[in-house]
Amino acid sequence: MRLLKYFPLAVENIAVRKLRSFLTMLGVIIGVASVLTTLGIGRGASADIMRDIGSEGLTLLNVESGTYSGDSWTSARPLTMADVAALSDHSLHPDIVQVVPLYRHYIFLSNGENNSYIEVVGTTAAYAAIHNLELAHGRFLTENEIAQRTKSVVIGADVVQRLFAGADAMGQSLSIEREPYTVVGVLVRQGWGRIGNLDGSAIIPLAVAQDRLRPPFTPHRHRGEYTVSAIHVNAVSIERLDAAARQVEQTLRLRRILTEDEPNDFTIDNQARLLERANSVAATLTAFLAGIGAISLLVGGIGIMNIMLVSVTERTREIGLCKAVGAHNRDILVQFLVEALVLTLVGGLIGIAISYGLAEIAKNFSSPDFPLVVLIEPGSLAAAVSVSAACGLLFGLYPAIRATRLDPIEALRHE
Amino acid sequence: MTGLSPLIEIRNLTRTYHIGRTALHALKNVSLTIEQGEYVAVVGTSGSGKSTLLNILGLLDRPTEGTYRISSQDAGELTDRQRTTLRNKEIGFVFQEFNLLARATARRQAELPLFYAGVSRKESRRRALDALAQVGLADRAEHRPEELSGGQRQRVAIARALVNSPSLLLADEPTGAIDTQTGEEVMTLFEQRHQEGLTLLIVTHDREIAARARRVITLRDGEVISDERRPEPAAAR
Ligand SMILES: Nc1ncnc2c1ncn2[C@@H]1O[C@H](COP(=O)(O)OP(=O)(O)OP(=O)(O)O)[C@@H](O)[C@H]1O
Ligand SMILES: [Mg+2]
Repeated sequence: MRLLKYFPLAVENIAVRKLRSFLTMLGVIIGVASVLTTLGIGRGASADIMRDIGSEGLTLLNVESGTYSGDSWTSARPLTMADVAALSDHSLHPDIVQVVPLYRHYIFLSNGENNSYIEVVGTTAAYAAIHNLELAHGRFLTENEIAQRTKSVVIGADVVQRLFAGADAMGQSLSIEREPYTVVGVLVRQGWGRIGNLDGSAIIPLAVAQDRLRPPFTPHRHRGEYTVSAIHVNAVSIERLDAAARQVEQTLRLRRILTEDEPNDFTIDNQARLLERANSVAATLTAFLAGIGAISLLVGGIGIMNIMLVSVTERTREIGLCKAVGAHNRDILVQFLVEALVLTLVGGLIGIAISYGLAEIAKNFSSPDFPLVVLIEPGSLAAAVSVSAACGLLFGLYPAIRATRLDPIEALRHE
Repeated sequence: MTGLSPLIEIRNLTRTYHIGRTALHALKNVSLTIEQGEYVAVVGTSGSGKSTLLNILGLLDRPTEGTYRISSQDAGELTDRQRTTLRNKEIGFVFQEFNLLARATARRQAELPLFYAGVSRKESRRRALDALAQVGLADRAEHRPEELSGGQRQRVAIARALVNSPSLLLADEPTGAIDTQTGEEVMTLFEQRHQEGLTLLIVTHDREIAARARRVITLRDGEVISDERRPEPAAAR
C-alpha cells in the first residue's frame, strides 16, 4: 500500500513537534473523554430506571386522581374508599385480582433523639404481595393488624439508619404524629423503583393512617368517605392488563359522572406508559448531557484548530519547500491527512481509555440510593471519535490545502 | 552534449512585484538561451534580480510577462503536476536562504526529493548519505539544522539539490556562507557533475567563481547588461 510510506514521516513529524502534537491530542482527548462520560452517565441513568421499572410486577395499574399532560399535573376530585370498594367488585371487573388503596403523607418523624422527614404509607396487607416486598427482619402488616387498626409499622432501610442509627429496630417504638407505633418489620433495601423509594418509608395500616394523619393539601374526606392518594390495581395477566384498565376507567367515569365528551379527570398508568415517561425523562437527561458533551467537543475542536492555525506559517513554508523539491499536492495532502489521522486516533483512543477509567471509578461511588453508572455505548463511541477525527482532519488539512494552492516560492515566503 | 534544442529559452521575460500601488520590475524584458551542458555564472549587484530569475527558471515562480521554454516545452502551459515532476527529477535548486526543514536531520533533508520521487527507503538513505559525504558532511548526517553551522547548512542544501542527479542545477550563492577552502571543494564537485553532463547555473558575487564559468551573464536593475562567453575555462583547473 502506497499510503504506508507516509506513516513513518507522519510519526516523525508528530514526534518532532512534541508540544504542538500533545496540545492537539489533548483537544481530542478532552472532547472524546467528556462526550463519552457525559453520554455514558445519561445512558447509565436511563438503563437504571428501566431496570427498576422492569423488575416490578408488569400487571400493575396505578390509578390516581388528576391528569398528567406534558410536565403539568391537573388535580381533580380525590379518589375515595368508595372507589376502592366499587373497583373491588369482581363481577364488574373480571380482569382485576387485587385492589390496594394507598394513603400517603410526608411527615417529620422522631424517636426522641433522631429526626427524619419520611413518607408514611397507609395501606392493606395485599400491598406487600403485589409489590413483592421482601423483609430483612420481621414481617409485613397482617390482615388482622389492618382490621384491628393496630399501631404497627414496617419501615425501610433508610429509616432504620436515620432513626435507629442502624441498630436493631425490631420491637422498638416509633413516634408518628406523637403516637407510638411498634416496629414489626424492616424492608430489604431496594433503591429507587417504580413505586418510589420505600427505603425512606414507614408503612402502617390504612385505617390508622386515614384516622390519624392529615395530609395538608388533599381533603381528608370527600362526601363522607375517606380519600386515598392512589389505588394500585393488579390485573390477572399481562394480556388482560388493557382490559383491566378499561374496566377501571369505565367504573371511575361512571362514578364521577363524566359525560361522553368530557375527558378523564384521573390517570391510569400501566407499565408501558411509565416506561414511556421514564424514557422521556432519561432522554431529556441524555440530551442535556450530550449538550455538555458537544460543548466540550467544540472546546476540544477549537483547541485543535488553534494549535493547527498557530503553526500555519511554519507549515506553509515547509509545504513550499516540499513542493519545491518535488512533492505533488496529493503527496502533501496525504501526508497531512495521515498526520492528523494518527494524532486524532491516538488522542481518541486515549480519550476512550480515560472514559472507561472514569466509568470504573464511578462504580465505586455508585450506591443504590445514588446510582452512578457510566454506560459507554458503541454509538456514542463512534460519534465521539469521528467528530474529533473530523476536527483534526478539518483543521489539520486546512493549512495544507491553502498552502498547496500557492507557488512554492510564495509558500516559502509566507509570513 | 550537443544540445539539439536549447534547454532554457526565455523571451521578453518580465517579473513585476506590486507593493501597494507601486509596481517594481525585478526583471525587465530579459531574453536568454541556455544550451544543455552549459556552465553559466550570473552576477550583478544586490537587488538586480538574480534570485528572481533563478526562481523562475527553477519553476518555483512564474513570470509576469514573456515566455519561458524548458526543453522546448512552454513552462506556462505545464500543469502543476508536470512542473513538480520537473523540479523533482530534472532540476536541482540551491536556495540563497538554504530553506531546510526546521526540525529534520541532514539525512532527512537530503532524502526529501527521493521520498517524493518514490525511491525506496533503503535506497534513499544510501543516496542521501552518499550526497552528504560528497559535501563533506558524512559525520553530520543525524544532525538537525540548529546543530549545524551556517556553512554546514548550506552544504546540506547542496547535497539535497544534487541527490536526485538532476540535469540542471540552479544554485543561488552556493558558496556564500562557506570558507574559500570548502567553497573550492563544492565548486569542484559541481564541475565534476558538469563534466558528466550537468547544466550549471550559478549566481555569485565572487569574481573568482564567476571566472571559472564559460559564460557570465550580468544583470543590473532587472536587465541583462552583458552576456560574455569564453571558449576555454578561464581559471586553471
Ligand atoms: N517577494 C517580493 N516582493 C517584492 N519585491 C521583491 C520580492 N522579491 C524580490 N523583490 C525585489 O526584486 C528585486 C530583485 O530581487 P532579487 O531577490 O532577485 O535580487 P538579487 O539579485 O537576488 O539580490 P541579492 O544579491 O541581494 O540576493 C529587489 O529590488 C527586491 O526588492
Ligand atoms: Mg538573491
